[in-house]
Amino acid sequence: MESIVVDGVSKTFRIATDPADSLKQRLLRFRRANYEEFVALRPIDLTIEIGETVGILGHNGSGKSTLLKCIAGILTPTTGEVRVRGRLASLLELGAGFHPDLTGRENVYINASFYGMSRRDVDKVFDEIVDFAELAQFIDEPVKHYSSGMYVRLGFAVAVNLEPDVLLVDEVLAVGDEAFQNKCIGRIRQFQDEGRTIVFVTHDVETVRHVCQRAIVLDHGHMVIDSHPSKSIRVFREYLHAHTPLHAAAELSDSPVLFTDVRVSHANAGTRRHLLPGEGFTIEIDVETTHPVDQPVLAVEVCDSAGAPIFRIDTDGLGTPLGRIEGRRTLRVDISNVELLDGEFPLNLSLSDRSTGRIFDWREGSDSFEVANPTKATGLVAFDVTVKEQ
Amino acid sequence: MSESVYTTARASASELRPMARRRSVVEHLRELGGYRELLANLTRKELTVRYQHSMLGFTWSMLQPVFLLIVYTAVFAILGAGFEKFSIWVLCGLLLWTFVATTLLTATTSITENASLVGKVKFPRAVLPLASVAGALVHLALQSIAFAVVLGVTRHRVDWVYMPLVPLAIVTATLVVAGIAVIVAPVNVYARDTGHLLDLLVLGWFWATPILYPFFLASTTLENNGISRWAQMANPFTPIVISIQRAIYGSSTEIGTDVSLIPDESVWWYAAWLGAIAAVALVVLAAALRLFDRAEVNMAEAL
Repeated sequence: MESIVVDGVSKTFRIATDPADSLKQRLLRFRRANYEEFVALRPIDLTIEIGETVGILGHNGSGKSTLLKCIAGILTPTTGEVRVRGRLASLLELGAGFHPDLTGRENVYINASFYGMSRRDVDKVFDEIVDFAELAQFIDEPVKHYSSGMYVRLGFAVAVNLEPDVLLVDEVLAVGDEAFQNKCIGRIRQFQDEGRTIVFVTHDVETVRHVCQRAIVLDHGHMVIDSHPSKSIRVFREYLHAHTPLHAAAELSDSPVLFTDVRVSHANAGTRRHLLPGEGFTIEIDVETTHPVDQPVLAVEVCDSAGAPIFRIDTDGLGTPLGRIEGRRTLRVDISNVELLDGEFPLNLSLSDRSTGRIFDWREGSDSFEVANPTKATGLVAFDVTVKEQ
Repeated sequence: MSESVYTTARASASELRPMARRRSVVEHLRELGGYRELLANLTRKELTVRYQHSMLGFTWSMLQPVFLLIVYTAVFAILGAGFEKFSIWVLCGLLLWTFVATTLLTATTSITENASLVGKVKFPRAVLPLASVAGALVHLALQSIAFAVVLGVTRHRVDWVYMPLVPLAIVTATLVVAGIAVIVAPVNVYARDTGHLLDLLVLGWFWATPILYPFFLASTTLENNGISRWAQMANPFTPIVISIQRAIYGSSTEIGTDVSLIPDESVWWYAAWLGAIAAVALVVLAAALRLFDRAEVNMAEAL
């Protein structure tokens, strides 16, 4: 049964190019104000079932927060309609609705009444809220003395203890410390078990991967993909790294060519796992096509241990374009002279179409190679250094 | 953590409801009714915050009428103007006007000052200007108590026959003010200098209402210019103020003389005027809520 129905929802903001904020200007140019239209959300259809946990991924300005605010009923869609079943709680900003001069206790009651909860309802769950937020000794302090982590804890504690049928969360969890984040994830899991619906907006793909059953990616107001988290994350990541238009990436689901297996090996793989600085390694990529592909471009990216790319090249850049691929093939990539120091270096691989930029398939960080540095040098790159007196 | 009794059955039992749509006035009122707790909380918040760092707290509100009474008594004794128990006469209107002016000025900015709230949380926005009305009403109650004490101490005799007019007048004034508050708050979202205009309007309105001067003084001036004295009654605050004056000052003429100050009519005549104004105010309030509903659609993004 549907929990949230987003039916052809679009949102266009009118930005006054010449703000007529004063009454005088209003009267002088009645109905003639100059506006520039900004389309934040193209018509979006989305149905979320009861008990689903859905992540919304997108960059700043992709429309993800606008969509969440439309679902929350804070913004009114320009076209279309949002329908929600049951009670909705939203956490759109840490401590939204908290008054700094009032105590935590007073703010809990005020915050809860924004959801239409009576004092008596709150009394019943008050201790749980305080326990969950771990603020027992601070609850009678004005919240202006709270840290941002404490703010988030209290806000989250109120929202989840109000027994919402639908919970909307926007980024806020990133603020708390790790222990509290884990606690929130735990609570979200409990919500999932109880069959409540959760929608959250985030940059953090790992949370989406761990928590969501479904993820959508928004780009410039378009819904690019609505799929299993791992697939959506792949599309989102590809856009992040390669800056390919996402609409092209969206067609991954019916891609004509996919990676079937990737192997990383090196000459001494039989005796040790790792490379020594300066050695080389080989990547073998098995691909399988459903339709022949004429102008594929293979891109290889090497990342540091934190996942940030440190090297990128593709077959076009190498001047060795790949030919037509048909059926099952294996692509071999040889990388020599890896002058890196210690670490495990994840690899990102992508296969795309040269003319349209469409991504056929993408593997992100699931393959890697290791380097062990026998010298006392530290850092990322291995240089040969000698020192002598002249 | 207690065992949750949540089942999907609960969500399944409710229906899919649109998140944003036009409401009828009745639906709007019903929704606001569901948020009365929020209204109470916001009112309490406003009062708590205002007096939080003052030692005397609410006592300040109560001291104000006492102080005003002393000032007016002294000033008019020195000037030799006014009439018997003039300060009590003046306070009848002045306390009510303080309520009107405070409400309108705080209501105007009630939405713009809570911009972050409006952009982040969903609730019926009309609660904000209504909380301004409620906050000012609490002040009026406190000041009325102080005024009553002063009246008791000075052994002033009110006219008990007319006293039921006082709560009726306050209810009527609340309805009038609520209607205006619900109109000006969203207007200020789209034109931020509404507050300045309203400042002037409130000042003009104050002098157009027989608070510092008696009703009949203005009547004479009006009639000398060929305008009926009843033209004054078009100002909704005129019947409200003279009803309170009639009850608390306790006489339609200057005490101890037969100089007419306000119409010498029965309690029913006054009540009928108040009833008529309350009826009009209700219509205006309904229209205001309807307008507010329209304005609410784009409120979050206009802020």
